[in-house]
Amino acid sequence: MLENYLPVLIFMGVGLLVGIGMTVMGLILSPHRPDREKNSPYECGFEAFEDSRLKFDVRYYLVAILFIIFDLEIAFLFPWAVVLDTIGTFGLIAMAIFLGLLVVGFIYEWKKGALEWE
Amino acid sequence: MVDLILSIYEIPIINILVKIIAILVPLLLTVAYFTYFERKIIGYMQVRIGPNRVGPRGWLQPIADAMKLMFKEIIFPSGANKILFTIAPTLTIATALAAWAVIPFGAEMVLADLNVALLYILAMTSVGVYGVILAGWSSNSKYAIMSTLRTAAQVVSYEIAMGFALVGVVMAARSLNIGDIVAGQSGSIWGWYMWPLLPLFVIYFISGVAETNRAPFDVAEGESEIVAGFHVEYSGILFAIFFLAEYANMILISIMAALLFMGGWLSPFQGVEFLGLGSSFLAGSSIVWLLSKTAIFMFLFLWFRATFPRYRYDQIMRLGWKVFIPITIVWIYVIGIMYYAELAPWFIKG
Repeated sequence: MLENYLPVLIFMGVGLLVGIGMTVMGLILSPHRPDREKNSPYECGFEAFEDSRLKFDVRYYLVAILFIIFDLEIAFLFPWAVVLDTIGTFGLIAMAIFLGLLVVGFIYEWKKGALEWE
Repeated sequence: MVDLILSIYEIPIINILVKIIAILVPLLLTVAYFTYFERKIIGYMQVRIGPNRVGPRGWLQPIADAMKLMFKEIIFPSGANKILFTIAPTLTIATALAAWAVIPFGAEMVLADLNVALLYILAMTSVGVYGVILAGWSSNSKYAIMSTLRTAAQVVSYEIAMGFALVGVVMAARSLNIGDIVAGQSGSIWGWYMWPLLPLFVIYFISGVAETNRAPFDVAEGESEIVAGFHVEYSGILFAIFFLAEYANMILISIMAALLFMGGWLSPFQGVEFLGLGSSFLAGSSIVWLLSKTAIFMFLFLWFRATFPRYRYDQIMRLGWKVFIPITIVWIYVIGIMYYAELAPWFIKG
């Protein structure tokens, strides 16, 4: 079984090589004539006047937290779905209850306005 | 001489490398000509001709584009984190290509026959987001950082809908191996999972469009407001790498939709009594069917772009969280009931 993963590993290596190879080719073949104006970050013709790593809205953070909860749920559902034939009706009902708990949480965060973007 | 070549081919590493090249070269050529067809098709949809200067009918256009980008100066913006700035495109393309390791092109034509193939593809597409985040953050540009935040939130939101849609497929097939999933759809065109999983099928493809940041969900690029988004500071070959990765991901979404929902390499004429089609050569499984189905979805990407205006960001998030996720959760319950009722021909207990 494990030897099936060797091609995957090599494929990742080849993918990395494609990226590195293209980057190196580009760096060698292209001209390199930097100047201060050219290198300044693009900002509608103005001088960039502060660090651009700005504060951002907390909602992006909230989405990330919600994503973890739901993605974890999906990670539980995958192996469950694979063994569906073995676990039978008991397994079906168990997951229905488990998913139901998630739905309750989902309704709560919906009502609380966590999903609002104005 | 032939014996020598054959004996070299017997070495496992060489064998694998040859197969990888046999996947990657057609893939990269498809990507190149996908960009050509995009410009041509959208051109015709807008009643103009599209590229027609380089080579006959413009066929050499993608090659000319690649050459041009290769010789363009790579600008490192001042204040950028140069190391991250350089590795971000490589990370994006490496994951976009590596996902292809487990894609089967026929019942026996698969490089790595993993029993967790679907999970592996999900993992690879998730890691691809890091490339975008690193690119946007390291550029030290306001537009890039805004686009990065938007993209990250958008992609993770739609990944949930997509994940739930895939859970539906796994429930129907009871396997994560893509070959098994296709085999589970055999019999006739009614055996394809797109029928019992129709809402999930639609949601999967639309989420795929959102995941690859394509129109109408392309607020990551949003040229009318944030210029070009996370790759605003990229030029030359580094920009080309992002471009390649984006198109490779679009083709991946298309081929996955064909494999998981439309029977992959199975013929739509399988089991058809009419005119004896079911026993003719048309009913045979073939890579031609898989590629034709993939081409339909690839065309849809272009059609969407030519047709729909861009969504606003809050509309995108509302669609993802308040429409797609509830529908997918409800449909998982429906699949559970269909499975319990042993609805033929999809849910026969093994």
